[in-house]
Order: sequence, then C-alpha cells, then structure tokens
Amino acid sequence: MTPELGHFSLILASVVGLILAVFPLWGTINHNVAWQSLARPAAVMQFILVAFSFACLAASFLNNDFSVAYIAQHSNSLLPRPYQFAAVWGGHEGSLLLWILLLSGWACAVAFFSRSLPLDMVARVLGVLGCIAVGFMLFILTTSNPFNRIFPTPADGRDLNPLLQDPGLVIHPPMLYMGYVGMSVAFAFAIAALLSGRLDAAWARWSRPWTVIAWTFLTFGIGLGSWWAYYELGWGGWWFWDPVENASLLPWLVGTALIHSLMVTEKRGSFKAWTVLLAIAAFSLSLLGTFLVRSGVLTSVHAFASDPSRGIFILIFLAVVVGGSLTLFSWRAPQVTLGGQMGVVSRESFMLANSVLLVVATGAVLLGTLYPLIIDALNLGKLSVGPPYFNLVFAPLMVPLLFILVPGTVAQWREAQLKTIFNKLRYLAVAALVSANALTIYLGPWTWTTALGFFLGLWVGLSSLQHMVERVRKPGRIGGSFWGMHMAHFGLAVLVMGITGVKSYEVERDVRIGIEDVVTIAPYTFKLMGMQDVMGPNYKAQEAEVHIQKNGVYIKTLRPQKRRYFSSAMPMTEAAIDTGFMRDLYVSLGDPIPGERPEWSMRVYYKPFVPWMWAGILMMVAGGLLAALDRRYRKSTHDTQK
Amino acid sequence: MTLKNKFLIPLILFFVLVGFLAVGLKRDPHEIPSPLINKAAPAFELPTLSGDQIFSPADYKGKVWLLNVWATWCVSCREEHPVLVAFTQQYHIPVVGLSYKEIQPQETQLNQLPTDKKLQLARQRSQLFLNRLGNPYVLSVLDMDGRVGIQYGVYGVPETYVIDQQGIIRYKHVGPVTPDLIDKKLLPLLRQLEKT
Repeated sequence: MTPELGHFSLILASVVGLILAVFPLWGTINHNVAWQSLARPAAVMQFILVAFSFACLAASFLNNDFSVAYIAQHSNSLLPRPYQFAAVWGGHEGSLLLWILLLSGWACAVAFFSRSLPLDMVARVLGVLGCIAVGFMLFILTTSNPFNRIFPTPADGRDLNPLLQDPGLVIHPPMLYMGYVGMSVAFAFAIAALLSGRLDAAWARWSRPWTVIAWTFLTFGIGLGSWWAYYELGWGGWWFWDPVENASLLPWLVGTALIHSLMVTEKRGSFKAWTVLLAIAAFSLSLLGTFLVRSGVLTSVHAFASDPSRGIFILIFLAVVVGGSLTLFSWRAPQVTLGGQMGVVSRESFMLANSVLLVVATGAVLLGTLYPLIIDALNLGKLSVGPPYFNLVFAPLMVPLLFILVPGTVAQWREAQLKTIFNKLRYLAVAALVSANALTIYLGPWTWTTALGFFLGLWVGLSSLQHMVERVRKPGRIGGSFWGMHMAHFGLAVLVMGITGVKSYEVERDVRIGIEDVVTIAPYTFKLMGMQDVMGPNYKAQEAEVHIQKNGVYIKTLRPQKRRYFSSAMPMTEAAIDTGFMRDLYVSLGDPIPGERPEWSMRVYYKPFVPWMWAGILMMVAGGLLAALDRRYRKSTHDTQK
Repeated sequence: MTLKNKFLIPLILFFVLVGFLAVGLKRDPHEIPSPLINKAAPAFELPTLSGDQIFSPADYKGKVWLLNVWATWCVSCREEHPVLVAFTQQYHIPVVGLSYKEIQPQETQLNQLPTDKKLQLARQRSQLFLNRLGNPYVLSVLDMDGRVGIQYGVYGVPETYVIDQQGIIRYKHVGPVTPDLIDKKLLPLLRQLEKT
C-alpha cells in the first residue's frame, strides 16, 4: 500500500506542478493578481506532496518491501539501517526522486523567503521552477518509476552497490544535487528577469544569496565526491577527470563566474546580459550533467543502468528548457541597457577577466568531456580523453585566474591606477615570492612548477589575510559577505597549496609484502604485522595490521581491508589512512599473491598536503555560507533600493 | 556581425551540441573496435574439455563458426548461456567454447595444485556447468593460463568472435550475446558470410 500512496502522491504533485507552471506565469501576462498569488501555496503544496512520496519510498525501503522492483534491486535485508535509507538514492529512479524533492524544496524555500519581492517576480520565478519540476516529474512517472512492483516477489534484495555503502556517499549525492538543483533558482530568477524586461540591480541582489548557497552546496558536494574517491577507491587519487566528475565541475566553474558577475551587476549595473547568460549556462550544464550520467552516452565509473528512452527524454527536455531560454535571451538581451562606464584597469575589468577565464576553462573541460562523443558521431573513430589533456589545458588557465584574483580585490570600481595597485601589493608579492621559493627549497627539490603553485597559493592566501587584518582594525560592523569572500579566497589558496604539495611530493610504493616485511618511505617504515579475517554485517573482509614507525619510533597502526560483500562477487578495497597536519599515510591492501609463502600486493602512499585540500574546500564552503547569510540580503528591497 | 545577432551565438552553439548529443545517444560507447577484425584468427592448439583431442582453428577452415569465450565463474555467461543453447538448436552454426582462466588467480589454494590436477578440476567444473545448463558447444577448449585470450585481445568474459571460411575474424562482440544481437547483427552477417 505504501508504494502506491507514494506513487499517487507523486502524480498529484505533478498536477500541482502543472498548476504552478501555468497559472502564475499566465497571471503575469494578463495581470491577474489572483493567479499570480497561486504561486506560493502551489509551491508549498508541491513540496509537501513530493516529500510525502519520498517518505513512502523511504518507508518501503526500511520495511524491506522487495515487491517493489527498485527496492529489490538496491537493498537487502542484511544492509545496515542507515544504508537502507541512503539506498533510496542509490539508483537511477530514487536519485531522480531525490532530485525532484530538492527542487520542490528550493521552490518552497523561495516561496517562504521572498516576502520582500514584488508579487509578479515571485510568480515568474516559481512558475519557471514549476516548469522544470513538471518536466522532471513526468520523466520519473513515464520512464523511471521507483514504485513499480514486481511479481513474483524476491525473497531478498540484490543489495546496494558496495561502493556506495559508505558514509561519504550517503551525503555526497544530496549535497551535489542541492548544488545542481540550486542553480535552477538562479536560472529561474534570470528567466523571470528576462520575461519582465527588468534586468536591474535589484534582480542581481535577489539572486545573489540563492546562487551563493547553491554554489556552496555544489562545492561541498564535489569536495565530498573527491574525498570519497580518495579513500574508498584505493588508488590514492582524488580527481580522475571522469565525465561525471567533469559534469559536476562544469556548473561549478560557471557558477563561480556567476557569483562574481552578479556582484558587478548589483554594484555597478554592468555585465547584465553576460550575467544572465551565465545563470542560464550554469543550470544548463547541470542538466547536461544529468543527461550525461543517465543516458549512457559516455563511459564513466558512475555507471547508472542506462536506457536510450531516458536519454531521449532528457535530451528533449534539455533542448526545450535551454533552447527556450537561450531564444528568450537572444530576443531580450539586445534591449538591455549598458551599465556604468568602466576603465581598462578597474575592478570591473578584473572581474570580467575572471569570468572569461572561468568560461574558457569550462569550454575546455566540456570539449574534453564530449570529444569522444563528437569524434564517434563524426565517424572518426573511438578514443578517450585522459587526465593529461585536462591537466594541460586546465592548469594554465588557473594560473592567471589566481594571479589576477589579488589585484581584483584591491582595485577600485570604475577606474583604478595600475601604480596604486602595484604600490599596495609590492610587499605582498615579495613576501609570497620569497616564502614560496623558501618552502620549495626546504621541501626540495626546487622546480618552477612547484614554486609557482606555492607562490599562487601564498599570494592569494596572504592577500586575504591582509584584507581581514586591515578590516578588523577599522571600526564599524563587518558584513558576512566580507568575511565570506575572504574566507572562500583563503580556502582556495589552501586548496591550491594542497594540490601543489601533493602533486609535487607524493610517493607511491607498489609492493608484494609478507608477514613481518617492511616498506620504507623515509622517514616512515610500514611493517605488516599480521592478517586476519573480519566479519561485517553483510561482508567478510581480510584485514591487514600495519605498524607505522617514524624514524624507528612507533606512531600508529593502520588496518586496511579487502572486503567481499555477500551479494556481489566484486571485492572492495577499504584503504586505511593516517591523517596528520601536513600529510596522509595511506595503505591499501591488494590481492593475495600465489606462492609458497603467504604474500599480498599492497600499495603504500606518502601523500603530503592532502589534508590541506579538504581543509581548503571546507573553508570555501564556510565562506559561501557566511556570504549567503549576510544580513544585507534579508532587508526589504524597498529600503535598500537606490 | 550586428549587435542583435551576437546574442544568437549561444543558441546556435547549443543546438550544435544537442545535435552531437542526439547522434551520440544512438552510439554505444562500450563498443570497442578490435584491431583483429578482418585479420586472421590467431592460431592455437589447446586441449578440449572431453580431453581426448587437441583443437586448432585450422581444423575449421572452410566453415563459418563462432568462438565464444566463457567460464563457470562468469556471471554474465550464465545469463548468456540459454541464449546460446537456443541459438545452436535453431541454427547449424558451430560454436566453439574457449574456457578462459577457469581457475582464477585469487583461488589461492587451487593454484598451488600441480598443473594436471588443475586441468582436471577445470574440466570437472566446466562439464558440471554444461551438464546442468545445456551444452551449446560443438567442443570447448581450455585456456588455463589465458595466453590464447591475450592473443585474441579478450577484454571481458563473455566475448564472441565470428570467424569465416578463410579463418578471418569478421566480428567481435564484448559482453553477453542477446536475442536482439543475434537477430540484428549475427544472423545477417552469418548469412552473408555463408553465401561467399
């Protein structure tokens, strides 16, 4: 009964979604206030119905109702409770339901936190969100219904993919989807502004906190995915330029450009058309990411069971939504007035350079991701594009981006003097240059790439610190957006330091090891003390006991595992990591090697600066939260409008 | 380009992208072209399952036949098996099995056995599998160490090769054979090859 209730509730939600998509937007055309006022209650109702539907599916999962096909495929009675819940989004159908839950949640939040907005604007924004929601709900109901029953009912489920049985992966999809779906709010604001023809500073102010929140979730989601890949896949890598990873990076890059561009539009009234285009692009790339993951057009580690009919649906949806909004853009954008004057050297020009670099980087990543598909479509053969391409094009674009970030934060609006900027930054530049080289020589050997990486990290980091220290000394209340911006920039700096450090100094040892054998990565020695079998709730594991010594002194015991889940033949690697302030020690257990003496293959890594990367991402997230919660945005638009 | 037109650029770029995606949707990225297509099938001599003879591809010169890579430990092979059995009952195309690495490297204890014992064990396991699920093969050979598999570029089990009268590989399929594949790809190809 519960699954049927969930199904029915979802159908009702799509009807409400249809009402939300049609009447408020129509009301803005014929100036019917009653129809416009439908927007808020319809958005709330839609959320309640979708949430109920989601709860029904979750309840069926927790009740082990294997008569539901989706549950039989993705859960098992032995699966621990928290994972039974997380299994709701462990497959295609359920993760789409999560997507729609978050989308209606965002719409509901807009309905609640939009008291300061004019009614017609609310009607348009929620109407656009309603259109997107209807599209996705129809997608679920027609091609990917998670509530379908199967007969005969299997005795037990096939279990959740062991790779997904991990705390990191429980929260990774919701966070990432919050980011993806959150971009729909920025998109809805942009479309609403285009429809109304009012592309002004007020519009930019309204969309800013929503965009920043979405960006924050996206940052956190990508960070979690990377962290999960690092400790769960057992390869010691944290970014693989996999098509699906790229699909999450693309909206992030454009989203980053968008939050900066929105600021210029709000403060100076410039870049309006560009900002709107970025908002459309950020959400379009989120949709494109969905298409790439679900349709199976590209091979990826994130293999959802792909189905061409789903691919066609999303592609048509993508064409309608993005094609429609770009048509609207090409029709309305020429009427947009240009903003204030800007000098060749000014904060605006630095911001523009920032935007352009980010967009070019997006284009490069997009091209690399789709290149195999394009070449195949043109019948030019099969190929794959690997990390060397991405590293080669991405890093050189990030170097100038990081470099101009600092003058961008000190330059004045409208017109700035290069000389003034130079005078402000010369000590900072010298300090960053000297300390970066000192650090590189100390860690040795000196290479220009490492020194450059550290220089950029220190350059951005020290500058953010300087801003914060100077500001604290001055009187007056400091806004959340100030702290947020410098926190996020500082986090970026820490991330850059981390990436530079790990790329330059990581050491990997791939060995065969027997009991009492030793692997040395100076000054650490890893000794295999023993091997034992461990039973988990739904798996059996072989666990190694590895003692780590530093300069001959015992510091830590690591217990990497090789797990065999009962439900699948695929063995899983559970790496063990010792995290310090400056480095990770990482041990991953491989297969036993046949021979007279028991031996195993084992990978041991010394990974300096890895904790810095995670810390940097967390700081960026904290910065995003601080900026989004700035009190300024909560004031009524009437008293702040000039 | 006029000011008005430049705002159309994103739309145009987008529809070019959609065009590629639409074409890409019809392609299978998992389909990997084999460099062995239209090349002579690598020669080998391997013991058959029944144990009384040695098989070599040269024995089938003049026939169109299929080489199917399988193993008892392979889950997809179980899915494929009934399809193959039905296929051989309906059409008289010889299918030769290549039992690939029947004893897996991670079966530590079994690997310590002497070679002839391992071969015997592999025979027993494979025969049991075929007795239980039906035998689609005219004969099946044992590639214990996977060397022949390497020569054929075996990518994942199961795999199926179509080999023509001259001993040339005409088609390769990675993954289980499906009724759909038989109807749309294999049968037309086999008919065409048999005509020549």
